[in-house]
Amino acid sequence: MAAPLTLLLLVAVTVRAALYRSSLADLISERVEVVSPLTAWKRVVEGLALLDLGVSPYSGDVFHETPLIIYLFHFLVDYAEITFMLADVITAVALYLSVKDYNKQVFRKQKYALEADRYPLDCLELIRSPKEMQYIPLKVAMFYLLNPFTILSCVAKSTCGLNNAVIALFVLSTIKGNSRTHSSPAEGNSIYPLTLCAAALLYLLQRQYIPVNLRRFSFWWFVAQYAFMYLGSLFVIVGLSFFLLGSWDFLPSVYGFILSVPDLTPNIGLFWYFFAEMFEHFRLFFLCVFQINVFFYTVPLSIKLKEHPVFLIFMQLAVISIFKSYPTVGDIALYMAFLPVWSHLHRFLRNIFLVSCVLLACSALFPVLWHLWIYAGSANSNFYYAITLLFNVAQILLVSDYFYAFLRREHHLSHGLYLKRKDGSEATLVLK
Amino acid sequence: MGLLSDPNRRRALISLLTRLNAPICVVCYMAGVAWFMGLAFEPFTLRTYMSENAMGSTMVEERFPAGERALGTGREFSAHKKKAGGMPVDWLVKTMQSRGLEVFTQRFSRRLPFPDEDKERYMVKGTNVYGILRAPRAPRTEALVLSAPCSPGDDNNQAVGVLLGLAQYFRNQVFWAKDIIFLVNEHDLIGMQAWLEGYHHTNTTGMDWSPLQGRGGSIQAALSLELSSDVVTSLDLVLEGLNGQLPNLDLANLFYAFCQKIGVLCTTQGKLQRNDWDSVSGYSHAVQTMMLMVMKQASGRPWGDHGLFLRYHIEAATIKGINSFRQYKTDATTIGRLLEGMYRKLNNLLERLHQSYFFYLMPSLSHFVSIGYYMPAFGLLALILLLRALDLWIQLATPPPRTEDGVADAEQMSSPGVLSVLTPLVISHLTGVALYTLPIHFQEIAVEHFPVSETEAVVLTAIAVYTAGLALPHNTHRLLTGRGTENGWKVLKLVAVLYLAVLLGCTALINFSLGFILALTLVPVAAFVTPDVPKALSAFIMVILSPACTLLFSVFLFQELQEMPVSFLDGWMLYLSVISQGILDHALYGSLVYPLVALLVYPCWLLFWNILFWK
Repeated sequence: MAAPLTLLLLVAVTVRAALYRSSLADLISERVEVVSPLTAWKRVVEGLALLDLGVSPYSGDVFHETPLIIYLFHFLVDYAEITFMLADVITAVALYLSVKDYNKQVFRKQKYALEADRYPLDCLELIRSPKEMQYIPLKVAMFYLLNPFTILSCVAKSTCGLNNAVIALFVLSTIKGNSRTHSSPAEGNSIYPLTLCAAALLYLLQRQYIPVNLRRFSFWWFVAQYAFMYLGSLFVIVGLSFFLLGSWDFLPSVYGFILSVPDLTPNIGLFWYFFAEMFEHFRLFFLCVFQINVFFYTVPLSIKLKEHPVFLIFMQLAVISIFKSYPTVGDIALYMAFLPVWSHLHRFLRNIFLVSCVLLACSALFPVLWHLWIYAGSANSNFYYAITLLFNVAQILLVSDYFYAFLRREHHLSHGLYLKRKDGSEATLVLK
Repeated sequence: MGLLSDPNRRRALISLLTRLNAPICVVCYMAGVAWFMGLAFEPFTLRTYMSENAMGSTMVEERFPAGERALGTGREFSAHKKKAGGMPVDWLVKTMQSRGLEVFTQRFSRRLPFPDEDKERYMVKGTNVYGILRAPRAPRTEALVLSAPCSPGDDNNQAVGVLLGLAQYFRNQVFWAKDIIFLVNEHDLIGMQAWLEGYHHTNTTGMDWSPLQGRGGSIQAALSLELSSDVVTSLDLVLEGLNGQLPNLDLANLFYAFCQKIGVLCTTQGKLQRNDWDSVSGYSHAVQTMMLMVMKQASGRPWGDHGLFLRYHIEAATIKGINSFRQYKTDATTIGRLLEGMYRKLNNLLERLHQSYFFYLMPSLSHFVSIGYYMPAFGLLALILLLRALDLWIQLATPPPRTEDGVADAEQMSSPGVLSVLTPLVISHLTGVALYTLPIHFQEIAVEHFPVSETEAVVLTAIAVYTAGLALPHNTHRLLTGRGTENGWKVLKLVAVLYLAVLLGCTALINFSLGFILALTLVPVAAFVTPDVPKALSAFIMVILSPACTLLFSVFLFQELQEMPVSFLDGWMLYLSVISQGILDHALYGSLVYPLVALLVYPCWLLFWNILFWK
């Protein structure tokens, strides 16, 4: 499998290198869909200039990335293009390895269940064969590297690519299950990936065969261990940032900026239009409502999916990329890379055609409506926001469709594929 | 959400949509066309009204007295123009200075990619002259523009005369709150392009021009005047700008309001409005007017010197004087008063014109159709594509029940799927790129080897590439994958149909008319074509409905609507010149119609052509 992966990496790097050299690169790096105030390369360069002048990069409200990023580019600014390509490659390889590992586990689990005769007889067509699973890791890497969203994000030098790499490494280290200390760099970068730690904890518990039982001591002991490691490494990251920078400037400027959403530049998210329209005295309330959206779904999802932490990670990544305050297409690319892993759910998906049509149309309409609004002056912000809204509704439908399909497959695996009503007629599952 | 989650209702709906797919599509098409034709019916349209408060209630009095003197200046200008053999720069500078303006000139030069045979120009050199009347009443942050072209021959001398007369008169008024720029531009749009680029410090088309020495504030509105006779019977308002962009409807309202007030006959598309909307002839008159607007908008070219202002967010229109055989004439004093009134109202503006509509069609000058009313006509056509896509998706998702062997076949069939879809996509787009780049690059070679002029060479190369594209793609997938598979063409058609839907949707948002005309011809092709229909007949229909033939029909229809029908041979010559003008518009002003058709619409049509010859 190494040869196809290498070929894929080569193709991906070639495409990116060619785009860096073309005149499109400047155009792409200005697109609001691709870069946000948080991730724009222009702002990183500005921060570097301030740093070189001996001023705090956070003075002037331009730069909002973490100190680690700016010190990384302090050394690598001349090799920025290579760094971003490398980040994409790392993400792809990490996803490849983790999905490979995860598939092995799934297959092992399925074998045990089959041997124990736990599946109903008519579910044989739901059983996954090694043949169909063989190419999934490669497809995952392909979905990430050749996704136009990732390519755009990389060509725009959006630091989102680096964050994706960190999250992918976090997923890899979780799935390998051997290094818990890896788990916090993801949190160093922004606040939202905090919600992933619930999924990671569930996964590690499962791996250690510790049941999720609130009355058991071993469960709490493991949670405490995990929390200690987690908070400890978070502390190390924050402390490192402080010692690098020599001040606490970055806390309000990075985390405050993410949470209080002062920059209302249009993007593909839901925040900007809403908060631009709002009266100032409602702002705090709705800020809380909007931000809670990202964190709130962790609880019900963790309860429902406690047996399936990797699917939970996918769901969480999707929820983050939909509801975060400055989303870009790079975030979407990360969770879309997981879609091939769930290819066995296709027979249960209901709206995939509708959703993919809407996502496709919206992606094409973003630049068109932006042109009409900003350059031609004939449309206005409502047009652009309408498409943003539609885009996000489509994403939500996509994710909930996968969620439904996953649960339904699990239901069939325990109750049989062809459900009967009590009177013997064929039954259908209805989601209400 | 019942529809998205309840499987029984979904199944019922989907089976309804697949069973009745063809009839629903036919009904949608007819409904779309009927809706569009209904737009011209007066009870379905809205009366225009002034939305902008600053221009509405304030009364202004027009007192411009010096029409005769302006015509005298125009004659003087004409004499100097003849003597100088072009723009009489020195005379204009002196005259404007004597009227108390700050006068500047701008030189520009431009070599066209190939000779323009309509206007007989290749190496263009010229000078723009403009004078700024500084606002006495306010900080000079905003400006208005009045322009008149310096045309070759005897055209538009009166326009320059009226412009200079107005300049003199405006200079003596104290109420101007915005700078007023009086511009005489040479070589119509090329000069205008140079001036606008100089004014805004941009250079999008690689033209050489000398930088402007003086500027006013940011331009809020602009009018361009075309006047070639001492008296006129009516004034015509031209709105269509580059890429089908239209100025804010309030500008048209303003013109209409003043024509009513002063009592000047006014037209749009050269058509007077009639009051008998309930008669057949009245309705067909409205349809003609609207269709003319749709055709002009779809062409994407600027139909007057105002057309390039729109790109810079400046509301602009051209006012054309028309002298026909009617009895009732309007003299230059009245035209001057009309312009004075319009400028005084524009002078009252507190913010940019934004209150009224930007997306509209006008069946007459007093009625309009807004985007909410005309979009459903396009939506109904686009719906056909979505229904066909849904039908194909369901066919692909639920294959007919097969035996064990059949299942094995199906798996083999799905594996070359990606390649057999990707190949036609790539090849048809490469053909599109060839159509876009080859005509201009190959003109020299073509001129060497064939007895044609450069312009003919460009047009004929374009037609040749277009025709060659028909032969190319449908042979390629056989080389790669052997015989085309049953699922292969369905997947390809699904991709093509969705592609076309997105493409037309985006086009219709930017330029409704272009999107609608393309949809009218391409949607039936996309809906009916399969490899199983009779080859020869379908191929004939497809060629008839291809983008190039659409253009040919549009040329004839346009002439018919203008009541200047042409013979087939003249029509063909006109067609060739339209193609060369389209390519020139793209090279000179950045019009998007030619690249859109060459790079996207034509490849998309080739995909359907490919499907027809799949087996």
